[in-house]
Amino acid sequence: MMRVAELPIPPDELVEITLRSLLVSGVATVIGSAIAIPLGSLLGLTRFRGQRIARTILFTFYGFPPVVAGLIIFFLLSSKGPFGAYDALFTVEAMIMAELILVMPLVAGITMSSVAEVDQSILDTARALGASKRQVRATALREARSGVMTGIMVAFGGAVSEVGAAMLVGGNIQYSTRVLTTAVVQETRLGNFEYAAALGGILLVITFGIYFVLGYFQEKGPR
Amino acid sequence: MTALLSLENVVRRFGEVEALRGISLDVGKGEIVGLLGPSGSGKTTLLRLAGLLDTPSGGRVLFDGKPVAAKGDRDILSRRRIAMILQKPVVFRGSVMRNATYGLRIRRVNEDEARDRALKALRKVGLGELGKRAASTLSGGEVQRLAFARAAVLRPDLLLLDEFTANLDPANITMLENGVRRFREGGGTVLMVTHNLAQGKRLADRVCLLLGGKLVEAGPSGKFFDAPETKEARDFLNGTMVW
Repeated sequence: MMRVAELPIPPDELVEITLRSLLVSGVATVIGSAIAIPLGSLLGLTRFRGQRIARTILFTFYGFPPVVAGLIIFFLLSSKGPFGAYDALFTVEAMIMAELILVMPLVAGITMSSVAEVDQSILDTARALGASKRQVRATALREARSGVMTGIMVAFGGAVSEVGAAMLVGGNIQYSTRVLTTAVVQETRLGNFEYAAALGGILLVITFGIYFVLGYFQEKGPR
Repeated sequence: MTALLSLENVVRRFGEVEALRGISLDVGKGEIVGLLGPSGSGKTTLLRLAGLLDTPSGGRVLFDGKPVAAKGDRDILSRRRIAMILQKPVVFRGSVMRNATYGLRIRRVNEDEARDRALKALRKVGLGELGKRAASTLSGGEVQRLAFARAAVLRPDLLLLDEFTANLDPANITMLENGVRRFREGGGTVLMVTHNLAQGKRLADRVCLLLGGKLVEAGPSGKFFDAPETKEARDFLNGTMVW
């Protein structure tokens, strides 16, 4: 068993890495949800030309490879890219941007499917009681709350566990952009398998804790 | 009597099916008008057009003298003067009180006033003690009473009722019919669909008979039930209509 002094990553740095993992995936999930939930409810409740194509494109993005998301952000932020002047590559902000690309389709798609499942008579009742279009959408979201929460949970899970994009645009820089998943890759490459497994365990425990809290709110919601 | 709601030669098609075929009807302020007719005659379709939940394929709907449409929020101010109880009422997630205050909250009525008004409305339908209960745990009859309270609390100018007492026991029917009378005494107007002829006779000032999407006969309730003018109306009232 390793003693603290022998640990490849000192405890204070491990705490920092863990908090950074939560920050990147948490902020990406919050910002992504803030954009994707209204978008998903709009797509789920509004009929428009090309709706089927829009839905199919959204579903296609469910399987969007994280490394490609990273590549897009890398291109945009690299010194030769359109936003190169901002010097944002290999920063936490760049990692958040890459994870936003992964989070938004998941939240939007699951929200869209959830609100589309809301009984038409609920929507009619809301309108019959004077709700505006926006208020009808808000009512549908409330009714579809469990599904929307599932979307947020799935998206957070995807964000906190992905490694390709974080490695590509974050660079796994010590004290700067290293997160749990990139640390696992690094420790594995260095042959510290036990330690890498322990980091993976931390990731699992944190994910479990967050899902536990989110699941509590999902179930505790109004019946 | 000034018309609060007017339908002018209203047509509603669903693909090949013509559900309403040139209906013209006025509902005067303070009036209770009953819509009668066999299943599939277009009563609910007409009510949905009147409630601005649907748009006619032809003709016009006028509310308080102004042409109105169900498109988006264009006529939301008119729509907010109308409340409708659907044929199969449903409840929103949350408590009975949250349901009862729904329409008030979306109108930005302050919370204390909304709760106060909702509580009074719930008491009138015998649900005053159930405010904190999850609405999803109510029985079918309780849901119907809640739906009535949820609409009546808005004090709309026009109340649209689609078989609002279907499946209720006599005591509850009386309770809700009294609610309709009180609503009218307060200056409200009612357009109601009913399959219950006795209810039509008890409540309506005027009744209209729809058959196959057409208005076959309309007139004062007493005259319609005692001496209907058309053969169709006589057959309908006698229960001998084959449809």
